[in-house]
Formats: sequence, C-alpha cells, structure tokens
Amino acid sequence: MKNTILLLLFSSFFSYAQEVKDSLVPKDLKEVIVIGKKTQIHEKLTKSLASIDEFLDKGSKVDLVKRGAYAWEPIINSMATERTLITIDGMRIFGACTDKMDPITSYVEVSNLSEATVNSGQQGSCFGSTIGGAIDLKRTQSKFGKPHWNFALNTGFESNNRQKIIGSSVNYADSTYYFDADVMFREADNYVAGNEKEILYSQFRKLNLSVTSGFKFSPNKLLEASVIYDKATDVGYPALPMDVSLAEALITSVKYVVLPKSPWLKNWETKIYFNTITHRMDDTTRPSVPIHMDMPGWSKTFGLYSKISGVKNNHHFLANLNSFYNQSVAEMTMYPTNPDENSMFMYTWPDVRTFYTGLFAEDNWVFNCHSGLKMSVSVGSHSNEVASDFGLQSLQIFYPEMQAQKSRFLKSIAANYNYNKNGWVYGFGAGYGERAPSVSEGYGFYLFNSSDRFDYVGNPNLKNEKSLESNLFFGYQKEKINAKITTSYFHINNYIIGTPEETLVPMTIGANGVKLYTALNYATIFNVDFNSEWIVNQHWKWNINLLYSLGKDSNHDDLPLINPLNYRTAFTFTQARFNATLEGVGNAAQTKIGSTYGETKTADFAVLNAHFGYKFVFSGSRLYTKIGVENLLDAYYTTYSDWNKIPRMGRNIFLNLNYSF
Amino acid sequence: MKTLLNYTLALFLLASTTIFTACSSDDDSTPTDELAGITKFKEITNDSHTIELYSHAGSLEQGFNEISIRIKDNATGDYVKNAEVSWMPIMHMAMMNHSCPKSEVEKVTANGTLYEGYIVFQMAQNATEYWDLKIDYTINGTTYSATSVLDVPASAKRRVNTFTGTDGAKYIVAYAEPHHPKVAINDVTFGVWKMQDMMNFPVVDGYTLKIDPRMPSMGNHSSPNNVDATQKANGGLYEGKLSLTMTGYWKINLQLLNAEATVLKGEAITDTVLESSIFFELEF
Repeated sequence: MKNTILLLLFSSFFSYAQEVKDSLVPKDLKEVIVIGKKTQIHEKLTKSLASIDEFLDKGSKVDLVKRGAYAWEPIINSMATERTLITIDGMRIFGACTDKMDPITSYVEVSNLSEATVNSGQQGSCFGSTIGGAIDLKRTQSKFGKPHWNFALNTGFESNNRQKIIGSSVNYADSTYYFDADVMFREADNYVAGNEKEILYSQFRKLNLSVTSGFKFSPNKLLEASVIYDKATDVGYPALPMDVSLAEALITSVKYVVLPKSPWLKNWETKIYFNTITHRMDDTTRPSVPIHMDMPGWSKTFGLYSKISGVKNNHHFLANLNSFYNQSVAEMTMYPTNPDENSMFMYTWPDVRTFYTGLFAEDNWVFNCHSGLKMSVSVGSHSNEVASDFGLQSLQIFYPEMQAQKSRFLKSIAANYNYNKNGWVYGFGAGYGERAPSVSEGYGFYLFNSSDRFDYVGNPNLKNEKSLESNLFFGYQKEKINAKITTSYFHINNYIIGTPEETLVPMTIGANGVKLYTALNYATIFNVDFNSEWIVNQHWKWNINLLYSLGKDSNHDDLPLINPLNYRTAFTFTQARFNATLEGVGNAAQTKIGSTYGETKTADFAVLNAHFGYKFVFSGSRLYTKIGVENLLDAYYTTYSDWNKIPRMGRNIFLNLNYSF
Repeated sequence: MKTLLNYTLALFLLASTTIFTACSSDDDSTPTDELAGITKFKEITNDSHTIELYSHAGSLEQGFNEISIRIKDNATGDYVKNAEVSWMPIMHMAMMNHSCPKSEVEKVTANGTLYEGYIVFQMAQNATEYWDLKIDYTINGTTYSATSVLDVPASAKRRVNTFTGTDGAKYIVAYAEPHHPKVAINDVTFGVWKMQDMMNFPVVDGYTLKIDPRMPSMGNHSSPNNVDATQKANGGLYEGKLSLTMTGYWKINLQLLNAEATVLKGEAITDTVLESSIFFELEF
C-alpha cells in the first residue's frame, strides 16, 4: 500500500524514481481505496466488478447518499458534494443535474480506475477549494517495459436486480509507448429489497468506453492522451419523483510529463482537459405525476493544471497551478394538461460561468525517520457570471439588486504533524479553508428537494463558507496488528443551508414551501473512526471498522445526514488461491436527527455478507472467480443516507469472472 | 517546456476571453425612426387628408389599445405637424350607442408627425354591433373630421374587466403593458375608469389595484415580490410590479380597492378560492 502512495507522489515509470524509496518517505493521512486491476491486489478484492460507489462505500471515510441503485453521492467527513472536491486524475468535472443525480463518480467505471485517494479536509485542497476533503480517482495506466499485450474479459451477474456486466480491456506497452482501452456495459432491472419488496424505478443501463495512450518521446518526457465516454440510459431513481433518460459524459485530456534533469525536481506534470456532460431528467415513465416535466442540464468544463514535485534535503514539495472554466445550464419545461396552453419554461441554472484559478503549494518536511510535518497553502480566485439575461432577470425577482458577476478570493492553509516509533503512530493537524457557494446554492431557481419537500432558491449574496479544522490520530502498527483511531473536527462559519422563507409560495405542486439558501453563523462537525486489522495466522484475518459523527448548527440543532455509529467487521480466510470473507455491516439507530431540516429517524440495521474467490491458473492465462452473497439474511433496511428512506437491496448473489491472458 | 506551458496558458486565456467577449451584449444605437415598433392598421381618407392609424400589434382588439396617428395632406403629401386632434370611439349596438375610456390625443414629439393616445374597447364587435371612430382635428384654425368603422375583435386572453363595484358604480379595468411580458419583475401598467354616463369614462384617481399572479395549470402557485398597482399622478394609469417566475399561462387575479382601502370588487386567492371575479390573462 505504501507503494501506491509512493506512486502518487512520484510517477514511477522511471527506474530512477526508485531512488526516492531509499530516502525518507513522508507519511500521509490519506486513505487509498483500491479499485482497479493491479494484479497483485486483484485477488484480494472481494467483488472485482462492483460499482465505483460500492468500492467507495467500503472506505472508512466515505459514505454515500443513495437515491436508488445508481449514481450514489459521496460524502466525506459527513459533507456532500458542495463541500467536497472530487476529481478524476486531477480534472475538475461538475455534474449537470440540479438534483445531484449525477455525482461525477457516476461518469466513470471501475475498469477506468486503479484507485481512489481520499484526503480529509484541507489536505485535499491540491486541485481546488474544499471544506470536507477530496477524492481523486486515479486512472489505470500501463507501465513501460518489454513489449507485451494483455487482454482481459470481465463478466458478472447479480441475482437481485438481474444485473448483467460485460466488459473487456486491451493493454499494450513497450519501452516508449502504451495503449489501454476498455469497455464495460452494465444493465440492471429493478432491485428487490428484503422481504421480496420490488423497488420500482431502480433499473439502469450504462456503457463506458475508455482509451488512454502514452508516448515517451524522450527519456524523460511523456505525452498522454485520454478519453472516457460514458453513457447511462433509462436510469431509475426510486427515491425521487423523476428518472433519467440520458446521462452522457465525454471526458478528455492531454497530459505532458517531464522528469526534470534537476537534482531536486522530480516530476512536472501539465494537463489540459475538457469535459462535457448532458443530463436529461424526465418523468414520462412515471404513471401519475401532477404535471409532466423535462429537466435537462448541461455542464462543460475546460481546465488545466500544472503540478511540479520534488525533493530537496528533507523537504518533499509540491506545487500545483490549476484553473478551470465551467458552464452550467439547466432548464425546466413543464407541460400543462391542456395541450393548447404554452409550456412553462424556466432556467433552473441560469447559464452560470465559473472561472477559477488557484495555486497550491505543499511541503512535506520529514524531520527524521520518526516524524514529519506537512504544510500546505493555497490561494485562488473564483468568479461566477450569469450569462443568460433570462436567467438573471428570473433571479432578480428575488434579488433585484443582483449583479451578473461575482468574484471571490479563496484561501486555505494547513499543517499536519506525524510521529511513529516502535509501531506507535500519532499525529495531529489543523487547517483553515474557504469555499465559494455551489451553482445551486448561489443561482439555483426553484430546485425541488424531494426529501424535505421544499423548493430551493439560490442566493447570490452568500459569503464564502470558512472552515477551521483540526484532526488527531493515534495508532499501533506491527506485523500482526494494525489499529488506528482518527478524529476530525470542523468549525464551519457561514455554513450554507436552506432556510424556509414563510412569505414565499412554492412552485412545485405539493411542496411544503420555499427555502432560500442562507448562511448559519456556524456549524460544527465531528468525526471519529477506528480501523483495525488483526492477522491471526497465515490463513485468518480480522478487520473492524467503526465510524461515528456528530453535526450541530449554531442554534444547537442537529444537522441532517450525519453518520450514526456505523460498524463493519470482517473475517477473511486465505489459502493458496482461495479466499473467503464473512462480513457484518450495520448502523446503530440514529439518535441525532436533523429534524429542523426535515430529517426523520432511521432505525438500526445489520446485514451479513459472504464472499468467496478462487484463482484458476492456466498456461498463460488466469481466471479469477468471485462469488458472494450480500445481505445474506435478506434484511429489509434503510440507512440514514438513503434518500427518502428508500430501502436497500435485499439478498443478492453475485458472480464475477475476470479472465486475462 | 516553458514555451509549451506558456503556449497552453495563452491558449487557455485566449479561449476564455473569446467566451467572455462572446457573451457581452452589443450596444445598439437608439433608432430615430418614429414608426419603430408600430405598424399601420388603417387609413381613413376624407377630401383633404389621409389619416393613418398605427398600433403596436398592427391591429386592434378588445381591451386597452395604444393608437398612434399621422395626418397626411392629400395635396402635398406632407404630414401635418401642427394639428389639434381629438377622437370619439362609439359602439353601435342594437338599442343604443355608447363610448369607452379614452385619453386625449397628444403630439408625441414637437417636431415629429405622430399623435398618440389610448382607447379601451371594453367589448368586442359582433355580427351586428360595431365600433367606429370619429377623429376631429384643427389645422391653422380650420376644423376637419373623418369617421370610419374599426375592426375590434375579441381578445384571445382577458385584458379588460367591466363590473359594478360594491359602491354601485360601474368600473372598467384594463391591462395596458407590457406587450411582451418576461420571466422577470415586469413593470406593469393598468388603467381604472369609471362609467360616468354612456359617453364619459373618466380615470379613477387614488385607488389601488391589487394583483396576485397565479398559474392555474401548476397548482395555482403565485410569485414573490409583486407590487400592487397605484397611480403616480392623478389622471394617469396605474403602475405596479408583476413578477413572473416562468413562461406559460398566468392569471393575474385582481382586487380593486378605493382610497379608503375598501374592496370594491375581486376576491383574495386562497386554497378554496382559486380565482378572483376580476382578472387578466397572460400567456407567453
């Protein structure tokens, strides 16, 4: 695992980067969730063709808001999309759905990725401003070497929703060139919750294609081009009043990497990228709706970053200049029952252009083999412009003085100390960060939230949200035992949240009222997690993960979507090519409920999962077989993060086959 | 490498500036053409002059109509700039004749050729009943007159309400502007007149026209930050602010209040009262 961390810091396609290994290696707090196909860890994955969402769900710091079987929204440190930063290989991508039905993790596929790195709080501010933290999804990339081809076929089936998975990949690499291509297709019907209860509108279909090609045109220079095309159709969102007929993304980038011939500069990487997303929400498949509507959205982002890293004496430093320009447009058209009447049209995102340029610098100062200090600082300029006059005038109904343009200046600073000796590790840190309001928070127009049933209207006058954070960890790591407790505390000033405005009448039929985004004085969020692994003997291993969070606003009311006590424990048995895992996952009953924000209580639950894997080795090829049962006892349950208490999947038997040659 | 970085940075900046400039609006110079935005819908000819009638839509309809006129001297072909003009619209019904609310006819600009005013046709023509317009004008002390039948069809949407208030008086309330409402806070203009007798319909002063825009097709929701219509000056039209949050069909429910804030006509909208007895309709 340390190797993977090393990979992140110093690109390892050069043998000379290996020298770094001998120097003092900085310790990082980040969590790495392995997704992809590094053969040596492939065997350890219990479900190799799980969705990205399922992989992230296994991470101890990431939770997910589920609105159905597809496109779960990641939460880091009890904070969702607005307060976190999710990037794909450093690229900023913004979902095109006003109802958060398309977190950017929904536009990639496990076959594209090797791992996800999760950074808590300001340690995640390398690619932009964040409050809660960041997830960077790393793409798979072949290594230069002797010419070799690699082919793989993947197929899977899940019994519960009859999900069919089929995919394949082709990789070629030689000493100066590599080429990776993969395709994956998934199709699922409605899933069935415990007790045979079918969840209508939970089907989905997704096709993903990805091509990456790199060329080393001199011993220390690399050019890489990469394309991901992802298209999901007929995606049901049982927790929402609307489904999605199309969610389509084209994600492209060109990367240029230099390994400078300087004694202390190690890696200089520059990337230009463009991505475009089309998202079409519609409700034509729903039998009874008060009024039919279409809600398409578009998001286009053009960006670049240039990141340089190096080592001088005991200083491992990194600087990143990054910039993006995003256009977000979303519309709503409602069709009256009287066909002679004009359709009702509004911009729900009024063509908002966001332009951000930021500089991030980090120094990981390794004092000695026991301790180190990581410091980072970032500054950024952020501006929003409402480009549509129609949209601007719409918002001026609420804010007559509003200007089309708004500029902000965002800063962050963080320092983290770590110490380890004789297996004992501890560390602490503090940070300060700011973020600008999201497009919905600043400029959304009558966005219906089906959970609290309020129409939300953005507020262009919101101040920056400012977070002061501290963290602490303590652990013990030896060959057989590994235990660590991590805590983080955030005090967030100008905490942005919707508050009801009694005088306003909702637009959506059946809505409870209108909420305007406003800033609370502050909110506090506390997270603690415990992770342990005990290697009992060469066959048996026991893991325990616990996570608990608290969130309060400045009126001492509980915040919504805060983790109750969450636990996961797993026994793993490994012998030669066979492995088996028995896993128990559950939540305690939710006792802190954000009732002020329309949240209701969620009961406790516990589910059992069992996984088995076997590797067949033939001459020149391998077949990994994974078979498992999730929710073995067919429990009917819902979690605090299931939108509108939509029940989770009941018993599910899956089979994953990966054949490579 | 540095040049490559510079190049990409420049490209990026160039692209973003192109996008920025593409969105900035062009400044149109104000047209000086008197006839901009209006279309001729009628010519009335007498022995000496041809009177051209213009309106925004190029036609008339039931409700408030802003009408511009030009008087052309048939002998010279020049437009008369110094006439004193008045008009009298008359509805010819089977049993009786009556007029309607109307303004004075004023010169638009001192040096221009256009004269302008409004007429509120509170009812539409039908197979047997029709409107005509008599225009009287004086040029250099000589009086002239011209009369012609007008085509006043019913409006597709309700733009005028005629009713008897709780005070026993007969009122006419009409929608004047904007012609093209937007999804925005619209500056709206209405008119309130009283029927004094069959031929006189003076402007009512000091009342309030309360407005409550609703979308009947969408749960009858309203919109925020509307401002009820009141007069800026006696004799003038009523001005208010109407916010429309989306396109489509809007019903502007009305209540007419006198200077003592007594409701003379119209109902407040509630969960059970879905529309007022007096309203305007907009669809865009």
